[in-house]
Amino acid sequence: MEILVCVKRVPDTAENEIELNSAGNDIERDDLVYSVNEWDNYAVEEAIQIVDKVGGTVTVVTVGDEEADEVLRREMAMGAQNGILLNDEAFEDSDSMGIATLLKAAAEKGKYDLIMTGAQADAGYAAVGGMLAAMMDLPYASLVNMVEVGDGKLTVGREIEGGNQEVNEIELPCVLSIQTGINEPRYVGIKGIRQVSGIEIPEFDAAGLGVDPATVGAAGAKTKRVDYFIPETGEGAEMLTGSTEEIIAKLIDIMKANGGLK
Amino acid sequence: MATVYAFVAHSDGVLDDSAAELAAAAKKFTDAPVTAIVTGSGVDAAAAKAAELFPAVWKIDAAELAYPNAEVVRKALLNNLDAGAVVLMAHNTFGMDLAPGLAVKIGGAFVADVVDIEGADGDTLKVIRQEYGGVVSTHVTVDMSAGAVVTIRPGAVAAEEGAAAAGGAIEAKAAGDVSAKRKFIEIREPEAGDVDITKAEVLVSIGRGIEDQDNIELAHELAKAIGSQAEVACSRPIVDAKWMDASRQVGTSGKTVKPKVYLAMGISGSFQHMGGIKGGVIIAVNKNPNAPIFQVANVGIEADILEFIPELTEALGDL
Repeated sequence: MEILVCVKRVPDTAENEIELNSAGNDIERDDLVYSVNEWDNYAVEEAIQIVDKVGGTVTVVTVGDEEADEVLRREMAMGAQNGILLNDEAFEDSDSMGIATLLKAAAEKGKYDLIMTGAQADAGYAAVGGMLAAMMDLPYASLVNMVEVGDGKLTVGREIEGGNQEVNEIELPCVLSIQTGINEPRYVGIKGIRQVSGIEIPEFDAAGLGVDPATVGAAGAKTKRVDYFIPETGEGAEMLTGSTEEIIAKLIDIMKANGGLK
Repeated sequence: MATVYAFVAHSDGVLDDSAAELAAAAKKFTDAPVTAIVTGSGVDAAAAKAAELFPAVWKIDAAELAYPNAEVVRKALLNNLDAGAVVLMAHNTFGMDLAPGLAVKIGGAFVADVVDIEGADGDTLKVIRQEYGGVVSTHVTVDMSAGAVVTIRPGAVAAEEGAAAAGGAIEAKAAGDVSAKRKFIEIREPEAGDVDITKAEVLVSIGRGIEDQDNIELAHELAKAIGSQAEVACSRPIVDAKWMDASRQVGTSGKTVKPKVYLAMGISGSFQHMGGIKGGVIIAVNKNPNAPIFQVANVGIEADILEFIPELTEALGDL
């Protein structure tokens, strides 16, 4: 099974607090810690486990600048054999349609039986996998939390509401977006990253991909983020203040008043 | 602007709450009549309900549409939609499956998980979204000139109260070729867990802030100090890490709960998590003062739960 997994380098929300910059038009990007989009790690782990069972190779691809090389190497240290970097200034500020256009061009340079993405990334569109599938006329399943390999097809479980799982049969080749919790992504140590540091990662720009720069990046984006701002949802909580003892006393009163303590 | 459609979800003839929310969302950017689309097998009841909300309803009724398979539904929609259509649908698990590919096939724009619509300026739709799990919001513009697919977060746009019956005319449409390379097999329900958190009056619910599996014991000790009416629950990352059983997960992909008191301990407050809490007073403890949970909780405490939980447990023991 030849598998392509699409990954993204994103600010690590577990490692830093996302705040607005002083101008209020972007998030504060100085000193941000970046990592691989959490969902993508599950997708790469699933790809590696499938190849371990049925043979084949795992290739990871990302759209980004030179710094995105580090996420490709991290996933290669997990066990992906190949990396591909799609890097061109013309790709900056692509919307999800632009990203899917670039990934389609990269996917068509190989011959993949299965293409996987994370279910969503930092911007929360959950779009790229479904778009890529539609552009390539391949069947698609989103929010996949189970994969069983059959002959020329897969049995996949999709996470739906209420803890239920929707089971589908899907013909290969296909595209899946992978939900967290499907597996336990393996730990990657410094040693593993060092072992893949010398592997050459092919890089493609717009010309190399055969993509018209006007159809991607800011030029091709039909959906554009104008700014960032702090949300005003809801009234906001009544914040309890004072010493820890005072806070706990107030909290116990609130719990009693609402029937939480007997 | 081309025709605006609302793809409305239903189950056994009962319209999803999101249908009324889509009707309200559409009114925020267009005065034109909006056509609701109902797909399925035997959808007369759902179509009649949709006609109370929308001035026009299309029903696409076919045996192959009995279960909402995104590949099949997409074909049925493409068989009928006008060029340049603008399609609204809920950002639920089916919307996430259907919407991105539909946007590609109609050649339009795509914007997902919209929490509010500011309006339209010609062919430019102006919406509000959130990023990074709701920590920051963004204004987004969408070029609808070649059509668009817009998914709306369930519960984010208030449905209009007491809107007059629209009395929409129902028109039957053909599904067309609905062959598919993806076939629905079955729905599997989760195994019942050792506890039923939906029955608990108090939930001590833990999230990423618990940091380590060993620390979960702190939550159990707190629940014990509160009494037999309390149980320990959790948010998704705890289940993903296999630290707790899925039967204890609160959220749209887990259990829906309505305790008297919900103690959200080290939980950021994603909309998927909050979507599983249907009542009671929400008390949030988080060391990050900017955590989205403080926007939706009733009571907030800025503290590290690893220090706060033991102190609260001890204080309850002294009562």
